[in-house]
Amino acid sequence: MIPAEFDYVRADSVDGALGALAEGGEDAKLLAGGHSLLPLMKLRLAVPTVLVDIGGLDELRGVERENGGWRVGALTTHATLQDTDELGVVARAASLIADQQVRNRGTIGGSLAHGDPASDLPGVLLAFDGSVTARSGGGEREIAAADLFQDYLTTSLGADEVITTVNMPALEGYGWGYEKFTRRAEDWAMVGVVALVKASGGGCEDVRIGLTHMGPTPLRATAAEDALRGGPLDAERIAAAAEHAADGTEPPGDANATPDYKRHLARVLTRRALESAAAGAA
Amino acid sequence: MSSAVSVHVSVNGEAREAEVDPRLLLVHWLRDELGLTGTHVGCDTTNCGACTVHLNGESVKSCTVLAVQADGAEVTTIEGMSGPDGLHPLQAAFREKHGLQCGFCTPGMIMAAADLLNRNPDPTEEEVRHGLEGNLCRCTGYHNIVQAVLTAAESEVRA
Repeated sequence: MIPAEFDYVRADSVDGALGALAEGGEDAKLLAGGHSLLPLMKLRLAVPTVLVDIGGLDELRGVERENGGWRVGALTTHATLQDTDELGVVARAASLIADQQVRNRGTIGGSLAHGDPASDLPGVLLAFDGSVTARSGGGEREIAAADLFQDYLTTSLGADEVITTVNMPALEGYGWGYEKFTRRAEDWAMVGVVALVKASGGGCEDVRIGLTHMGPTPLRATAAEDALRGGPLDAERIAAAAEHAADGTEPPGDANATPDYKRHLARVLTRRALESAAAGAA
Repeated sequence: MSSAVSVHVSVNGEAREAEVDPRLLLVHWLRDELGLTGTHVGCDTTNCGACTVHLNGESVKSCTVLAVQADGAEVTTIEGMSGPDGLHPLQAAFREKHGLQCGFCTPGMIMAAADLLNRNPDPTEEEVRHGLEGNLCRCTGYHNIVQAVLTAAESEVRA
């Protein structure tokens, strides 16, 4: 399979990329690692007329600790994330994306901009209450994860914007758990759950739960969070809270799972993720 | 046709230059224009891993990389693995442990396994299985492939 014809621009700076993007018009697309875009182009589901390749912009790579949080360059690959143990659940989630070859090419910015609710990192960013920094010709703005993911494969990024940085609080002292259920090894998540728990004095001071592939965007399991926050952090309370993991969700059915089965998975995986997170927080 | 783009790539240590159509996939450049047919096209959908090569030392599926994205990079294919002393340790281990039957997946398996051993020179069996998740084999059931990678790791660790 061969993509449709397109013109190719190799950007040598972010400003250069923004200029080429503006010049290319509405059918111009950014190319980073290409592991979401190129498969779509080969299937002719995406037919951009211009590709602006930002893959050579090394200033957009790297993981830095700054002001109590993490600043991750948009072109940082999943492989780099998986090798950065200090990132905790982010490293764990990245290590389970597709397979090593894909992780060597795919980037955090590309994955977030693609906005696939079955991908691992959008749900993780949402659980962290993280954000992305996006630049356009008009300047820079920060978009909170809760505002970034709008619908299936749809984000609030403008056609003239490029993500430069992904921002996450460090969440010191939080335990974490990540559970992903797939039918085959390199599949997207049938359902995925990220849990972050902060304990104090045997109780749950804070909890965040992100759900992958339980709707057209990543979701927070707010009912389960509310059931656990402020109470004791024991197996019984975790199991009871996890029963609320799918409350209010309308997951899409597909060839692998019915909506009911996905809700069941969300409850089971939330319990397991919370158990890991609670053990790590203790 | 969209305008051609010039690429300069080191392929198995040899400098290569070409003017390519932007939509040309790396695997097609390697096979059809450079004649390096050891890299196979299996699924053509980023799943099977038969087209795995190294780009700057890391395994990639060359059906999902544009040739223009390899500009300035070093590419290693299965043809670049054996040295003057003969087979690469992974190739020798695949032969010794019967890690192949039809052989179609083998070049990609070896390139993926080489990345795996670069990252983790002394892996457990489970780590080998996780590291090879991006490569499908329809003959062997994987058992002897995993044995071959563990054998190669042992010989490298001993060496």
